[in-house]
Amino acid sequence: MTAAEAPAGRQLVYTLAITEGVRQALQEEPLAFMAGEDVAGAGSVFGIYRGLLDEFGPDRVIDTPISESGIIGLAVGAGATGLKPIVDIMFMDFIGECMDEIVNQLAKMRYMFGGKATLPVTVLTMSGAGMNLAAQHSQSLEAWLCHTPGLKVVMPATAYDVKGAIITAAREPNPVFVVMCKGLMALPGEVPEEPYDLPIGKAVVRREGDGLTIVAHGRMIHEATKAADILEGEGVSAEVIDPLWLQPLDTDTIIDSVSKTHNALVVHEAVRFGGVGAEIAAQIAELAFDHLDAPVGRVAAPFSPVPFSPVLEQTYVPNAERIAAEARSILGLG
Amino acid sequence: MLGRSDARDGVPIPLCTEDAVANSSQAMEPSEEVLQDLHFRMVRIRHFEEEAGKLMEQGKSPGALHLYIGEEAVASGVMVHLSDQDQITSTHRGHGHLVAKGGEFKKMYAELYGRETGYNKGRGGSMHISNVDAGMLGANGIVAAGPPIAVGAAFSNKYLARIAGRDSMNVAVPFFGDGATNEGAFHEAANMAAIWKLPVVFVCENNGFGEFTRQEDHQAISDIADRAAGYGMPGVICDGMDAVAVWEAAGEAIERARSGGGPTLVECKTYRYVDHVGLRGIGLNYRTDEELEEWKKRDPIEQHEKRLVEMGVMTEEEIQAVHDAVMADITESIEFAENSPLPDPADLLNDVYTPTAAS
Repeated sequence: MTAAEAPAGRQLVYTLAITEGVRQALQEEPLAFMAGEDVAGAGSVFGIYRGLLDEFGPDRVIDTPISESGIIGLAVGAGATGLKPIVDIMFMDFIGECMDEIVNQLAKMRYMFGGKATLPVTVLTMSGAGMNLAAQHSQSLEAWLCHTPGLKVVMPATAYDVKGAIITAAREPNPVFVVMCKGLMALPGEVPEEPYDLPIGKAVVRREGDGLTIVAHGRMIHEATKAADILEGEGVSAEVIDPLWLQPLDTDTIIDSVSKTHNALVVHEAVRFGGVGAEIAAQIAELAFDHLDAPVGRVAAPFSPVPFSPVLEQTYVPNAERIAAEARSILGLG
Repeated sequence: MLGRSDARDGVPIPLCTEDAVANSSQAMEPSEEVLQDLHFRMVRIRHFEEEAGKLMEQGKSPGALHLYIGEEAVASGVMVHLSDQDQITSTHRGHGHLVAKGGEFKKMYAELYGRETGYNKGRGGSMHISNVDAGMLGANGIVAAGPPIAVGAAFSNKYLARIAGRDSMNVAVPFFGDGATNEGAFHEAANMAAIWKLPVVFVCENNGFGEFTRQEDHQAISDIADRAAGYGMPGVICDGMDAVAVWEAAGEAIERARSGGGPTLVECKTYRYVDHVGLRGIGLNYRTDEELEEWKKRDPIEQHEKRLVEMGVMTEEEIQAVHDAVMADITESIEFAENSPLPDPADLLNDVYTPTAAS
C-alpha cells in the first residue's frame, strides 16, 4: 500500500523500519551477526543501523574494512559453517567489487556441492538515483542479480515491506539480496511492532483497476501509483502491481491482471535494455498474448550512465508523467 | 583430532592418534606415527592424481583436470594437523587437498566421472570437488576466491568458540598459489584476518607459475612470505618438497591460530611436475625439462621414503605395501565410479536453492 493509503496504525519511516528489521533479526537468532562498512560505529549512511552496536555489541555488529569481496566472502564462509550472516554493501554500485564472491561463490556453492552446503546469507544494499550522487552511487543493478541462479532478490518500496523483507531474508536458508531504495528513506508507513515476514515470491497489488496493468518495482511503484491517479482523472482505470520479489518472480499475479485488463506497461528505474522489465514483458507476451490488445509497453531509464547534473538526472529517471504518457500511447489515447 | 575418517574401507591407514600429534607438536619433532601418516597421505595423492590424469587423457572422464603431482608434501604436511572440524578452501588444483583431508577415492573418482555417487553428486566435478562434512569447502575455479571464504569460516570458528566458552578454536586454512596473491580478494582476506585476529593459516603453494606464467614475470618479489608484513602477520617460508618441513611450519602457525594468536602466512616452495592441465610435464614452452629434473631430484615422496628407511621407521617392504594398498583402493574405486549411476536429467534443477517449508 502507498503511504497515502496506509491506515492509522503505528507509523515508521523507511529508515527506522530498516533498523527495526535488522534489530529483530538479530534478537531472534543468536547465530546472526551483521557486518559491513561503517555499519557499527557510524550506523551506516542515513543512520539506518544506528543503535545496533550498542544493543548487540562488537562481536555481532561489526565494522569491516572497505573490502566488498572480503565482506561477501565472510558471509559465504560464515554461512556455510553455521552462522546466519547479515552483511551490508552500502550502495549497490559497489557490487562490482565483489561480483565473483556473489555470482561464483555465494550463488553457486550449494549447487556445485550437490546440495551439501547451505548459504543462509542476507545482503542489504541500496539502489536508485535522484539524489545527485552521479554515475557510481545511483544505479539500479537488480537485473545483474536476478540473472544469477541461486540468489533471491527482493526490492521493498514501503516501510512495511522493507522491515518484512529483512526479517524474511534473515530467516531464509538461501542467499537473499534486499535491495533498498535510497530515495525512500524518509517515507513513512504503517509498520507493526512485532517481527513479521513476507511471502517469498508473492507480488502485491498496490491498486486495482481494469483498463491497464502497470507492473513497477522499487521506487517506481510510487511513480506508477501517481500515474494511475493522473489516468483515473482521464477515465482510465489502471491496476498497479508491485512484484516486490524479482527473483522468484510472481508471474501468476501479473498474468492474471493482464488477462483482465488486456494491456500491460512495465516500469523500472534501471536502464531499459536487458532490464528486469524485458523479462516481465517477454513473459506477458508468452503467456498472455491472446489477451493483449496492444504490444507491452516499457518505461525505464535510457541507455546511459546516471548523470550528475540535476536537470539531466531528472530527465533520466522515469516519472509519473512519462508513465501516464506511455499508458495513453498503449491505449491509443495519445 | 585427526581426520580419521571411517571411509577408507579396507585400506591400512597409518593415521596417527590425536595424542601422538599433540606430543609431536609440542616437541616439533615428528613421531614415527606422524612420519608414516605424512607418507601415506602423499602416496595417496600421487597415485590418485596419476591415475586420474590417465583417465582424462584416455577420454574416460570428462572435462579438464589440474593435477597436484609434485606438491604432495604441502597438503599432507598441513592436513596432519587438522581435524574434520577445521576447514580448508582449495584451488583449481584441489584433488590433493581433498585426498589429504581424508577424501574417499570412490566418491572422488565418481565425482570426476560426473556420477551421482560423487562427493558433489556430479554437479561440481574436478574444479569444485568438496566435502563440507569434513571441512573441505571446495576446490575453486576462481583464483583467490577461497581466502575470503576461509576468513568467513574462521569468523564462525571464533564466534562459536566464544558462545561455547572455549579458548581453543577450530582453524581455517586457505590454500592458494603464488599467482593468487596478485588478486585483490587475497589482500582483502589477509587484512581482515589480521585485524580481527582470526584463526586462519594462509598456505601459499608457491610452485613458481601462475598458470603458464613464471613467477618472475607476474610479481616483483620472489618470497610471498614478504607480503605478510603488509598485513601485520608473521610470514614464514618452508621447503614445500619436504613434508616434515611443512609439518613443522604449519604446526606452529596452526597452534598459534587455534589459541587466539591470529593468522600466519606460510609459504611453501614447491613445483608442479605437470602442465597447468593434464599429465604432460616435459616439452613445455614456458620451462625447461632440465628445470623439472632438478626439482624431481627432491621429490617429496622419494625424499621422505629415504628418511623413513634411514630412521628405521619403515622398511622398503612396508613402504611398497602402502603403495600396493593405495593402488588396490584406486582400482576398486575407479571400477565403482565407472559402474555408478549418472545423474538423472530430471534432477537438473535440484539444489539450486535450499528447499523451505513454504516452497
